[in-house]
Amino acid sequence: MIATADYIRILPEIVLTLFGLIVMFVDPLLPESRNVKPLGIIALIGSLGAVAASIYQMRYPGPAFWNFVVVDNFSIFFHLLVTIAAALVIMASFEYLRVQEIRAGEYFGLILFGTVGMALMSSAVELVLIFIALEISSISTYILAGFRRRDAGSVESSLKYFLLGSFATAFFLYGIALMFGATGSTDIPQIASALRLNGAPLLAYVAYALMFVGLGFKIASAPFHVWTPDVYEGAPSPVVAFMSTAPKMAVFAVLLRILFVTESPSLLAGSRPVWFWWVWGSAAVSMTLGNLGALVQNNVKRMLAYSAIAHAGYLLVAFAAAPEAGISAAMFYAASYTAMNLGAFIVVSHFANAGERYVTLDDYTGLGRRSPLLAMTLTIFLISLIGIPATAGFFAKFYVFSAALKANLVWLTIIAVVNSAIGAYYYLRVIVAMYMRDSTQEIPVMRVPAGVTATLLCSVAAVIYLGILPGRVLEFATRSAQSLLR
Amino acid sequence: MLHLILFSVFAVIAVAGALNLLVQRHPISSALSLIVVMGSLAVEYLLLGAEFVAAIQVIIYAGAIMVLFVFVIMLLNAGVEERTKGSKVALILGFPAMLVGGLLVAWVLLRAPNVGSVNVGAMYGPPKAIGWLLFHDFLLPFEVTSVLVLIAIMGAVVLASPVRSRFSRPQPEPERQALKAAAGTEPAHEETVTARRSS
Amino acid sequence: MVPITTLHYLVVAAALFVLGTIGVLTRRNVVIILMSIELILNAVNLNLVAFSRLYGLHGQVFAVFVITDAAAEAAVGLGILIAFFRNKETVNMDEVDLLKW
Repeated sequence: MIATADYIRILPEIVLTLFGLIVMFVDPLLPESRNVKPLGIIALIGSLGAVAASIYQMRYPGPAFWNFVVVDNFSIFFHLLVTIAAALVIMASFEYLRVQEIRAGEYFGLILFGTVGMALMSSAVELVLIFIALEISSISTYILAGFRRRDAGSVESSLKYFLLGSFATAFFLYGIALMFGATGSTDIPQIASALRLNGAPLLAYVAYALMFVGLGFKIASAPFHVWTPDVYEGAPSPVVAFMSTAPKMAVFAVLLRILFVTESPSLLAGSRPVWFWWVWGSAAVSMTLGNLGALVQNNVKRMLAYSAIAHAGYLLVAFAAAPEAGISAAMFYAASYTAMNLGAFIVVSHFANAGERYVTLDDYTGLGRRSPLLAMTLTIFLISLIGIPATAGFFAKFYVFSAALKANLVWLTIIAVVNSAIGAYYYLRVIVAMYMRDSTQEIPVMRVPAGVTATLLCSVAAVIYLGILPGRVLEFATRSAQSLLR
Repeated sequence: MLHLILFSVFAVIAVAGALNLLVQRHPISSALSLIVVMGSLAVEYLLLGAEFVAAIQVIIYAGAIMVLFVFVIMLLNAGVEERTKGSKVALILGFPAMLVGGLLVAWVLLRAPNVGSVNVGAMYGPPKAIGWLLFHDFLLPFEVTSVLVLIAIMGAVVLASPVRSRFSRPQPEPERQALKAAAGTEPAHEETVTARRSS
Repeated sequence: MVPITTLHYLVVAAALFVLGTIGVLTRRNVVIILMSIELILNAVNLNLVAFSRLYGLHGQVFAVFVITDAAAEAAVGLGILIAFFRNKETVNMDEVDLLKW
């Protein structure tokens, strides 16, 4: 017999699935030329309903379904992050779908179903369920990346993403199988206690390494980042806004849970976990390669892709730092990064116009005069990505770096600070192009549709709120970190 | 003794099949050798007592999935793969890295604790026990898998269906080709869009 | 006579894993790359079933999920491949300029 509370503990997933099904049922009933708006509104209600359900869940903490999922502050934090990101992307996609002639039913359906996987990833504490949730989120993103089927680049990016992604999943699975062999369980707390009892056998090290390869690919951290620029360049921009934030943050949630919970005894004892040096190296290399790669890009989408690699690196710095401060810093970084990166990609997507043609830096020249508001919002996101005070990016970096210093990671902090300075250059290049240079060509200025406006307003509000009053979110993140390490 | 012989024979067949998959240049030959690998793995599962997994290995893997592969190979009429250069990186870095990785895994496995011996015969893993676990302990993953399968269906439908345009009426084929050639990737729909917006 | 232990199965699985990885890294035909990935998944399954002999049925149930996932992945992968083929008339990856690893 399954208790009602168990269902409440997966309520956001149930809501998302139901609305995904409604979208699929309504889709064939509507004429194809006018179905974007009704389907989009259904999807939006679904994702907002999932947000509400996640908040409602706060009253029902605890495990459900034979300890396969756990509702705690940590899971609620990432549930909110993922579902809000989905709602924002859905809101911003209305016009894009019409312009690009993308089938709305499947698009919204895949976003909703994909969000089911991402939400489950943050609450699952069992590797089987984590694997299935990860596959749901990845497979829906592979498909979404190929949605501009008229364009060879989009399908190509989908294929690349798929091949490398499933290769990475296979590594992750092999890692899980070896972990099962090393500890006799796929349940994360049980793995933790088995490792504590018997010490980590050599097999567990290999298992960690393989799982880290698989998940490192999904978060686009070096040296598994090579796919990122190509895929982000080819995929539809709103989809990139989605896949560079929600699925990635869900994978970060999984990483946090696997890495920290399985090693919590040694972490609480103050010793370094077995995976410490991999995370250290991956963080340093991601930041450096990401920022150096972004310097030479002329295509804004590619540039933001490299910047995403660099930001994955900053986030991994928090993993290597002191456990409690590190986890909360990573969570705060995840929230800030989601707000600013999603916003930036939505601006890029709106400005790129039909067929995604205006994406080079030269196209951005004179945008400050042609479309002041659009230019201003993009500027806010970019200075937040740099990490200038009064924006979310500043506190995000601040907390991560101070957590790293607290753990005496001086070298890693120095690398991170130097990288932030390099990063400022290419973000500023876009701002300079928008305001200081005159446009060389005629680019039609488009009216900003209501959905995009709403999304941008929400993102700007989030960026500024986190940049001025970070206290509440940080406090929630700290409590989540405690519930995770307990 | 029987166990030893069966295990060795099918292990050799499996590895040989996998090698053949890599060596063959025609996708169909590779697909057939993959079926050989899967069949011999099914025997290995039976030796381990996993009846149910062995059955679905044959039914789903060797049956459904491989039929899909063969079907697509036939559909796309994918010919013999040409030998291409450019895999230098893979040859120089990939092979040694994989060999080192493989040796490392083997070494780790050899040092792994509590790897007891396995007896053939003592049946283990009957469908009933698996079914109980699937619908009891693993209920949530089982139900969530349905979302995974649903997504896969949607994806296959979306991606494999022909590209249609909602706005322009279907143009005669030559004209469309010319348009495609002229506009590169995107047939000119921007005019339609900007016109609609300005109105 | 050497008794067959779980270890022997694990070694076979490791061999399949390495072969599958080599296949993904060296082959250019997308269909063959997909089959190499399937090979890795088979290696995972052999591991899981072998370990389930030691630790109980959970490993076998996991193997069932892996097979389901392999089916879903194959369907989507071949769908993407068909869409790709429509655009480019090829199934080779050199023409995808994917050689960036």
